[in-house]
Amino acid sequence: MSTVLFLAHTECDATLHKSALEALTAAKGLAEGLGHTLTVGIIGADVAAAADSVAGCGAKIYGVSGPGFADARYASDLAAAEAVARACEAQIIVAPATSRFSRALPGLAVRLEGRVDTHLSGLDVVGGQPVARRWFYRQRMEGTLTRSERPWVLTLDSGCAVPFSGAGKAEVEALSVDVSSVRTAVSGLECPSADQQTIRPDARVLLVAGAGWTKKQADGAVHVDVAEETILNFLTATKSSLGSSKSLVDISGEGHAVISFLTHMHQVGQTGSSPRHAKGLSTCCHGEEPHVVGWRFIGERRAINTDAGCGWAQGKCDVLYVADAFAVMKKVNELLG
Amino acid sequence: MSELHIVVCGSIVPDPLQTLAPMEGPTGWALKNEMMLPAVLDPWAGHALYEAAALAKKHPGSRVWLVSLAPKAKLQQVMMAVSQKAPFELVVADGPASGFTDSFETARVLAGAIKGIAGLDTGKLLLFGGWQSASRGSGAVMQMVGEMLGVTEQFQGVDKLTLRDDGSMEVKERVEGGAYQISVVSGAPAVFGWATGELPEPPNNPQIGMQNMQKNMPALMQAKPADLSGSGLKLSAVAVPQQRRETRVVKDVPVDDMAREIVEWLKA
Ligand SMILES: Cc1cc2nc3c(=O)[nH]c(=O)nc-3n(C[C@H](O)[C@H](O)[C@H](O)COP(=O)(O)OP(=O)(O)OC[C@H]3O[C@@H](n4cnc5c(N)ncnc54)[C@H](O)[C@@H]3O)c2cc1C
Repeated sequence: MSTVLFLAHTECDATLHKSALEALTAAKGLAEGLGHTLTVGIIGADVAAAADSVAGCGAKIYGVSGPGFADARYASDLAAAEAVARACEAQIIVAPATSRFSRALPGLAVRLEGRVDTHLSGLDVVGGQPVARRWFYRQRMEGTLTRSERPWVLTLDSGCAVPFSGAGKAEVEALSVDVSSVRTAVSGLECPSADQQTIRPDARVLLVAGAGWTKKQADGAVHVDVAEETILNFLTATKSSLGSSKSLVDISGEGHAVISFLTHMHQVGQTGSSPRHAKGLSTCCHGEEPHVVGWRFIGERRAINTDAGCGWAQGKCDVLYVADAFAVMKKVNELLG
Repeated sequence: MSELHIVVCGSIVPDPLQTLAPMEGPTGWALKNEMMLPAVLDPWAGHALYEAAALAKKHPGSRVWLVSLAPKAKLQQVMMAVSQKAPFELVVADGPASGFTDSFETARVLAGAIKGIAGLDTGKLLLFGGWQSASRGSGAVMQMVGEMLGVTEQFQGVDKLTLRDDGSMEVKERVEGGAYQISVVSGAPAVFGWATGELPEPPNNPQIGMQNMQKNMPALMQAKPADLSGSGLKLSAVAVPQQRRETRVVKDVPVDDMAREIVEWLKA
């Protein structure tokens, strides 16, 4: 019988991330639909707790663990994934598209002489065949695809399936993998503190700040200090995630009067991110297509812009407030208390 | 650290300001009027190229190659602009730059082209590319090119690479939630899929442009057609979702009323 392997890695607290549990739901559905056996493989410093957390899926669980697998490194993660895939002779491998697996798993396709499709937005069984969906051209169009090659490595983006739940007591078959020749050592993470961190993937609301915040206003002057304070007050009151347009982060990189807490990682759009939030509020941003493609996975959208003819007015948001965002957001902050 | 051999993989994509529509043709899915659409260098590959050029400048004797799988006529147009930005040696495989081609086949063609580069010392190889493309967006090609060349120290979402005197390199990679992972790799060879990096786009330098085009025209003229026929990937449908919303425009309303409505919406 053929095998669908679900692969996961632990987080630093030894748990599985929500996106891993979502990928497990997809893998389990695929195995059931195809009549294949589901197998689980977990990689990390210590995989026991993570294995227990999904033991209810009823699958055989392999583990690759030890200090060499604590950190996200291409060579060690790939060696571990390869060992599990070979041990269970996986035909299809389903894994979450975390940064860790997005780095490592494409290489698995070469090792196993298979193929890979990444960042799936959906995975189903149609007519006895696995059928995947993913976006092309930076979320502009969605394609539906199948392929004949096996093994087939698939990574699933977060938010595309319901997280699996079903803990129990797991028995883990440990595989030993030698990673002594890996030449990379992870020295640490650079993370802003929870208060300073304005990128919050789990937030309900995304606030987008555009270049208008740093432009000359009706009085002929720029008010970047007021802009910073207004944006930060809103973020503090609502715990929203902060996004930006390319123009604004580019200005930040060029040494002009800038919003000090913005980096390229805040950029939403064609060459930025496509975050997932229930609601998005755009301020001082023109709503041009290369920006708005990054809003593909934002549910309800509203915008504030002084220009009634801006891009948002062209069917790109639900409500456009034609007004001065400095004034509106000041009042919004007051009301939020 | 001595001289570097930096190979940058990068292709062309439609200008992001264009409206794109999919179309099924005799050879599979493509973009409507694909050959007519203005194209640009894939943005993240562009960042990789500028980072490569800056590193090469700091390490005299270094070489930078740009390896591109793209339709050569279209690539030539884009190269007129890109050539003015930084010196590089162009290696071309003539074939589709489409987002719908298989990532594995693309990697195979690129790896083959890199293996054919005369004078490339793989012991000194820093293999650069974008961490994703603006076409396929798989973020998978560079890893496979690396694997096919036997390069198994790899990094993705790179925003900073610092070379140290002992040959080791410190790498800053984007991870979830706006954080960075910092790693140190003992030395070349290694793969780096770049995010934005830290450098602005270099200004145009017509002199570099002339030198590049002189050197690189033969590569364009003599580019061999690439064979990407080996894939079992089948796209059964590609569709642009109906994304037009019924926008309600609120204007000539007191700021207080707008603010109240926004707060109610946020709290709902
Ligand atoms: C290759 C390429 C890739 C790109 N990728 C991206 C990308 O990933 N993300 C992205 O965002 N862009 C991207 N762009 C750029 C994009 O085309 C736009 O240039 C950019 O989004 C504009 O940013 P903006 O709307 O903030 O700035 P602007 O165009 O300068 O607009 C500022 C807006 O602020 C408004 N404004 C000013 N003052 C106020 C006020 N007091 N109250 C309310 N409104 C006010 C103005 O009316 C205006 O609409 C890309 C472009 C290219 C060529």
